[in-house]
Amino acid sequence: MGKTTTTSNIAVALARGGHRVVAVDADIGLRNLDVIMGLENRVVYNFIDVLEGTCRLHQALVRDKRVENLFLLPAAQTRTKDAVNSAQMEELCAMLRKEFDFILLDSPAGIESGFRNAAVGADEAIVIATPEVSSVRDADRIIGLLESMGKTPIRLVINRLRPNLVRQGDMLEVSDVLDILAIDLLGIVPEDDSVVKASNRGEPLTFTDTSPASKAFQRIALRIAGEDVPFPKFDEDRSSGFFAALRKFFGRTE
Amino acid sequence: MAMEFLKKFFSRGGSKNTAKERLQIVLIHDRADISPEMLDSLRRDMIGVITRYMDIDTSKIEMDFDREDRSVAFVANIPVIRIKRTPLPEETGGEKKDDGGKKTQSKRKTGRA
Ligand SMILES: Nc1ncnc2c1ncn2[C@@H]1O[C@H](COP(=O)(O)OP(=O)(O)OP(=O)(O)O)[C@@H](O)[C@H]1O
Ligand SMILES: [Mg+2]
Repeated sequence: MGKTTTTSNIAVALARGGHRVVAVDADIGLRNLDVIMGLENRVVYNFIDVLEGTCRLHQALVRDKRVENLFLLPAAQTRTKDAVNSAQMEELCAMLRKEFDFILLDSPAGIESGFRNAAVGADEAIVIATPEVSSVRDADRIIGLLESMGKTPIRLVINRLRPNLVRQGDMLEVSDVLDILAIDLLGIVPEDDSVVKASNRGEPLTFTDTSPASKAFQRIALRIAGEDVPFPKFDEDRSSGFFAALRKFFGRTE
Repeated sequence: MAMEFLKKFFSRGGSKNTAKERLQIVLIHDRADISPEMLDSLRRDMIGVITRYMDIDTSKIEMDFDREDRSVAFVANIPVIRIKRTPLPEETGGEKKDDGGKKTQSKRKTGRA
């Protein structure tokens, strides 16, 4: 959970880092990336129009005016997943490869054709999971499918981690999830109310914000760009939660 | 320290251990859900190896997964007709798949049936 949030934040952070970036909404029929990025009013064409020859690629790309080199390629809202096939998605990615340093494809949920079409043109994959039984289980299935499609590397973002629950022993730790899924970690994003505020405004956190989630997404973008950024230990952050409250109760400040 | 004690005390009773155990078990089952193509390929490979050592009745081979609480066993029942006196030479690896996807898969293979 958090694919669209992650896509938008990474896209903004990479563009702010000077890369040429396109975020592709591959969720045909349920498009959302445009509103999350705050670009919904500027959408004219979508990538199916490009594939069907209704318009040219440059007409469909929505340029983000807030930062250089960031574009959105919208999905069609009034079509279904069957409107495209894998060959067309590969063709689309080939077109985009010529123009961009990074192409981020926001996949729909599920393991059906929509997911496969999003994945087929990709070189690498990022799987987003929350530290909960059902989400990790789904992630395992998705990783299996991506492996069988030959995607490499496949890296994991753990989203909505709640350090206080982890400390309490009521949430899977990062190491537990990695143990189980056995793939490389790309980032850890804490649960953060700013995510909802950002989606209300249509302004991805990585534009300005210094909230914990924003910082986490910025670190992820740096890692994608090839930098070696250490992972902060969220579960050892003792500034909030039950024990912090307890410490306060006993009058100890740290 | 009292705080450390409390922390340990609380985490022992936490629900995350239950979550991890349940996940490990459910994934053993999920991962043993092998596709018909995989099973077919396994069957062919197995026949290839075993017939170096014995004649078998390939029409009566049974293969299945035995699922128990915490583990999955792959069980094959292969009727033997005759044991060979010496093994046939190993087939040269012409049929082997290229190494392309192997690297990424090997890490996750442990734990899969
Ligand atoms: N780190 C976070 N902290 C708080 N809320 C979050 C976080 N990440 C995601 N959310 C919230 O979770 C919800 C789902 O997020 P998002 O739309 O990114 O998921 P998705 O995987 O794209 O979903 P879908 O499969 O429906 O496309 C949103 O309401 C979002 O605000
Ligand atoms: Mg989405």
